[in-house]
Amino acid sequence: MKETPLSNCERRFLLRAIEEKKRLDGRQTYDYRNIRITFGTDYGCCIVELGKTRQSDLLVKLNRLLERCLRNSKCIDTESLCVVAGEKVWQIRVDLHLLNHDGNIIDAASIAAIVALCHFRRPDVSVQGEEVTLYSPEERDPVPLSIHHVPVCVSFAFFQQGTYLLVDPNEREERVMDGLLVIAMNKHREICTIQSSGGIMLLKDQVLRCSKIAGVKVAEITELIQKALENDQKVRKEGGKFGFAESIANQRITAFKMEKASVDTSNIEEKAEEIIAEAEPPPEVVSKPVLWTPGTAQIGEGIENSWGDLEDSEKEEEEEEGGTDEAVILDDTKMDTGGISDIGSQDVPIVLSDSEEEEMIILEPDKNPKKIRAQTASVKEKAPSKSQVKRRKKKRAAN
Amino acid sequence: MAGLELLSDQGYRIDGRRAGELRKIQARMGVFAQADGSAYIEQGNTKALAVVYGPHEASKRPGAGLGAARRESRPKPYGLTPLRNGSSSSPSSATFSTGERKRRPHGDRKSCEMGLQLRQTFEAAILTQLHPRSQIDIYVQVLQADGGTYAACVNAATLAVMDAGIPMRDFVCACSAGFVDGTALADLSHVEEAAGGPQLALALLPASGQIALLEMDSRLHEDHLEQVLEAAAQAARDVHTLLDRVVRQHVQEASILLGD
Repeated sequence: MKETPLSNCERRFLLRAIEEKKRLDGRQTYDYRNIRITFGTDYGCCIVELGKTRQSDLLVKLNRLLERCLRNSKCIDTESLCVVAGEKVWQIRVDLHLLNHDGNIIDAASIAAIVALCHFRRPDVSVQGEEVTLYSPEERDPVPLSIHHVPVCVSFAFFQQGTYLLVDPNEREERVMDGLLVIAMNKHREICTIQSSGGIMLLKDQVLRCSKIAGVKVAEITELIQKALENDQKVRKEGGKFGFAESIANQRITAFKMEKASVDTSNIEEKAEEIIAEAEPPPEVVSKPVLWTPGTAQIGEGIENSWGDLEDSEKEEEEEEGGTDEAVILDDTKMDTGGISDIGSQDVPIVLSDSEEEEMIILEPDKNPKKIRAQTASVKEKAPSKSQVKRRKKKRAAN
Repeated sequence: MAGLELLSDQGYRIDGRRAGELRKIQARMGVFAQADGSAYIEQGNTKALAVVYGPHEASKRPGAGLGAARRESRPKPYGLTPLRNGSSSSPSSATFSTGERKRRPHGDRKSCEMGLQLRQTFEAAILTQLHPRSQIDIYVQVLQADGGTYAACVNAATLAVMDAGIPMRDFVCACSAGFVDGTALADLSHVEEAAGGPQLALALLPASGQIALLEMDSRLHEDHLEQVLEAAAQAARDVHTLLDRVVRQHVQEASILLGD
């Protein structure tokens, strides 16, 4: 899906705000958005929300980064997955679905992946000689994976050729950034992955500074993860309700609701009287209905056209027919009148003229269409039009 | 890796180098006459070939770069992707380049990622504003992979771009580095990479010391980061000295041929 391009004004605004150390959502330079971790009913399902981060063509990058972060850093003990040496082994697969992209999906994805792995329980297996017995979750409690450490990615966005940096960029900030530096660390301050992307030029001390900040952030996030896992464990043990249905609040799914706003109506009568007293008296309305023919009547003249200077002849026709719009009933016999009034009531008639630019809408059409109209107009309408014209001209002179 | 000592007590590595020593680098420019620029580099046993075409008219594919316009582009076969500022790069490893014969040289995620990284590196280094609405294609072929393939690709591409006469901010020199037993190693070979220790790939613009690309795998404690970064940076600067010599030599030869 094509994303709407970022306007120059918005880009400039964001960059200026960053120079002044302000962010759109009021965060500080090094602040993360609120992280919420919720677990599903089955072991191994988890949803991470980072602000409103949702689902683009950096999938290759994301994929490779997570692969390197999780696989190459050996966060899971792969030896423990072996069932029978050389024959049977457990295969672990992590599927990530990006639901919403509001910037920094890398961090959210990495947290989701590692938390899901921590949460997951695999069926228990026992090996006796040549026999392998697989126990279902009812027979024996499923066994968690053995996880050495918890790597978490922290993203830094760089702006203005590396002068400014932000942690956890949201979507708008990502679009104006020059480049991104992703550092994956665990709470023991071991760096699992570093990757710079976007073609920015970094200096060595910038990288070292980022790694220090990452250390702090990762400690906070790991603590959050631990707490969430413990909570879930507790809830399951106590037999309470768990799973996505409980954790995901109802108001967030599709509903658009406005809270009732109370209005103060105590002094409404006084206010109304004031307004009426101060209001100007309504203009005189000429409301004598004129019956042209059975089925066609005219009340009033309609509003004067205020679209700039139009030729006099053009205007007189429109004004004459503008009023008929309101009371016209299209009869078979009166198709001409109805048709003309429709054309006339449009302030900008679309006219095919002799000009070469045929698609142009011309505000001042030539004589030709007028003649056509004049011919089809009934005799009765012509008579009153002249008197009305005189009145109109007088009015314009006064203006 | 029981019997394999990456760093012996006397400070020698498996191939007899010292910790901060690079492998032997040999490079040549102007390998192909028909391309705008080409170069061949050998770093120890890693051999890479780079070819540059351009700047030429940006292709009319959807998403082809239009100067500074940001466009999404779909990858074409062989990993060639036209870019925002009009340079594209496509690395591919020959099927015979690694120990086991590779069945899929193009389009797999690793080479896609490498292509992406090369592209970013050179987009930042080449003065693309001098060539608006045009495209520069960089093709890299790895003939033999013995560790440090990314570094070899970048070095070869730098030489090729220079051979093509496209103005750049500076040389882009790359090198890999690792960490074993408290010492940082520079320019890892395949054996050292496969041992599973931390590896850092760094692309540097030597004059300003700016890092064009930084990539690290596997666990490394934060305290050692500085040491490894410094080792990689020093190695990249050594590569720069060598490449500089190669370029000057090539220019000298060319001017002799032209009969100055």
